[in-house]
Amino acid sequence: MRTIKFLLRKEFLQIFRNRAMLPILFVMPIIQLLVLSFAATYELKEVDFALIDMDQSHLSRELTAKFQASGYFKLELETFDPSEAQESMNAGNVKMILRIPPDFENNLSSGKQADLQLIIDAVDGSTAGLIQSYSSSILNDLNASKLAELNIETPSPQIQQAKTINVIPQNWYNPDLDYITYMVPGILVVLVSMIGVFLSGMNIVREYEIGTIEQLNVTPIQKYQFMIGKLLPFWVIGMFDLLIGLALARFGFQIPFLGSLTTILVVAGIYLIVLQSLGLLISTLTHTQQQAMFIAWFIMVIFILMGGLFTPIESMPQWAQNLTLANPIAYFIKIMRMVLLKGAGWKEIQFMVYALAAMGSGLLLISINRYKKTTS
Amino acid sequence: MNSFAGFVIKEFKQIYRDKRTLTVLFGMPIIMLVLFGFAIRNEVTNAQIGILDLSKDEVTRTLIQKLEASSSFQIQAYLESYEEVEGLFRQGNIKEVVVFESDFKEKLIRDNKADIQIITDATDPNLANLVQSYTSNIIRDYVKELNETGEVQKAGLNPQVRMMYNPELRSVNLFVPGLIAVILMLISALMTSISITREKELGNMEILLVSPLKPYHIIIGKVLPYLVLSVVNVVTILVLARFVFQVPFQGSYFLFFTEAILFILTALALGVFISSAANNQQTAMMVSLAGLLLPTVLLSGFIFPVDSMPVPLQIVSHAIPAKWFLIIVRSIMLKGSEFILIWKETAILAGITFFFIALSLKNFKVRLQ
Repeated sequence: MRTIKFLLRKEFLQIFRNRAMLPILFVMPIIQLLVLSFAATYELKEVDFALIDMDQSHLSRELTAKFQASGYFKLELETFDPSEAQESMNAGNVKMILRIPPDFENNLSSGKQADLQLIIDAVDGSTAGLIQSYSSSILNDLNASKLAELNIETPSPQIQQAKTINVIPQNWYNPDLDYITYMVPGILVVLVSMIGVFLSGMNIVREYEIGTIEQLNVTPIQKYQFMIGKLLPFWVIGMFDLLIGLALARFGFQIPFLGSLTTILVVAGIYLIVLQSLGLLISTLTHTQQQAMFIAWFIMVIFILMGGLFTPIESMPQWAQNLTLANPIAYFIKIMRMVLLKGAGWKEIQFMVYALAAMGSGLLLISINRYKKTTS
Repeated sequence: MNSFAGFVIKEFKQIYRDKRTLTVLFGMPIIMLVLFGFAIRNEVTNAQIGILDLSKDEVTRTLIQKLEASSSFQIQAYLESYEEVEGLFRQGNIKEVVVFESDFKEKLIRDNKADIQIITDATDPNLANLVQSYTSNIIRDYVKELNETGEVQKAGLNPQVRMMYNPELRSVNLFVPGLIAVILMLISALMTSISITREKELGNMEILLVSPLKPYHIIIGKVLPYLVLSVVNVVTILVLARFVFQVPFQGSYFLFFTEAILFILTALALGVFISSAANNQQTAMMVSLAGLLLPTVLLSGFIFPVDSMPVPLQIVSHAIPAKWFLIIVRSIMLKGSEFILIWKETAILAGITFFFIALSLKNFKVRLQ
């Protein structure tokens, strides 16, 4: 026990001695949480659009006004020259061109189809989809009100008979569809994971590279004592960072904490061990920090991108969804979101926790086994 | 000059001798592109939904069949009462519950009006939005069919939508340029910063500094192998993107490679800058990680559109080189832009590069301590 105590003291001294490390450990995660949470959103803000209004009628002006009043669209360019509008889109100045042909109003009021054209810059497919759905809802509203007016003027029994099915949407857990609420728990997971994998893993390979591992090997320190000495400090730091992050999420971002905080902390403790063991394993497989770093980074990028943080796991093809079963980040992100946002309890998350615990103990055993107290 | 050539050869050997890292270096772009190309997308397919049918008549059955037939949905549960919704959502697999009110058919015939409630699990707002709009579309189509028998509503606005540059709205077209940026950042900036700080940490820097090599020789020698590696990787990604994923390439290859090399230089300059500030590999690595990779992924418009961000972050994003590179590459690949259209972005990128090269040359200390 005394050995571990001294080892821990040495590790903590070593960490806190490095002045450059302190801000990285404690300030950087907070800044990242703040910046990234606001950055990670698909919500559509004002879209600049170009207008080609060949009709210049009452109706076309009303339509344009509706677009501008919606708060989603901003008129950037008004022109009669289609190629000018096209150039503006090529240059990236407008994201949509609204083209109203002549006789637009006449067609509508005489009961014919009134065509109009929406040209959308679809380089970013999901934004294009949003632009389309917002503009069609504006057009649908206008259409309905215009048709109603027409009906009053020239009542047609057929139109009144039209059947309608009302769709009443209800969004649970996040009624305002606020993206930050969804992202913050996930980003917290990523920040904690980085401390887990990168720092604790790099630690051992660093001793190798500098050569101090030999000094440690000739001491009577047991393997497990050495591992505890390496893992525990960053476990403590990771948990501490998580607590700061959670506090920020609760009081800064007003994220609802529906579930129990204890559950989160227990799972986080297990999760950190999984990632630290992964880091350890990487560092027993490599010889230089550069190698270790690079492999760790590679694995992390894949874990994060496949973890359901940015794009939903449900959208992946089945084989990719199966791959996520081996991804600890995917589990913890899911658990965080379920517990914090939906108030899920032990019953709903237990299998994921078992999976995490299995991964953790497996990885830890392998890496302790691989660490030899001899130099080859 | 001779000693410089020797130094460069030493650096190349040191990197190419490490087979493990090399495998990862070349394998990584391939794996990432495959994952992105096939697995990471925003479209919804096979979302699991639940049905609460309080009416159980022909109309609701037809609608349920239509939902089931759509490739977007997979009906996973039939509920009996409202109380079950909460439990299902908590388990986390079901994303949406469609509720048909009781006496659905009668209401539709008698009042011409019936209600469907769509309850979504909006913890993921984007997904909730998507499934909800898919469902509404299916219902709207059905209503149209119902009414068409009576020959109603020919009149009305008829918008024709045209998606420019990316008509099928494929995510992979958008992600490839971003992927190039991320991988270049990873190889060029991270690897250089680590390899230079490594010399410091191991004490080799002293040997290099007392050698007749000039400081800029040392930097160029360190940077050159990674430049070559990065170019090879750009070619790999491009070939894969063109031939496996059929990502269109409208513009000129020459322009593309010139811009890519400019961006590689930016990343290398950043790497050198970080290494001149950091004293050990761990610090260098954490700084590159937090200061380069995350912003490159999140603030550049790679995944999340820059226009959606709050104004302060949009301002910050101007300082992210990857943002400009993304604009350039997307324009070249998808829109076929000429240099005229992207000279501004190129100039900014070049400016950032010179700034960091100058800064790191100034910071690079010829003396220890």
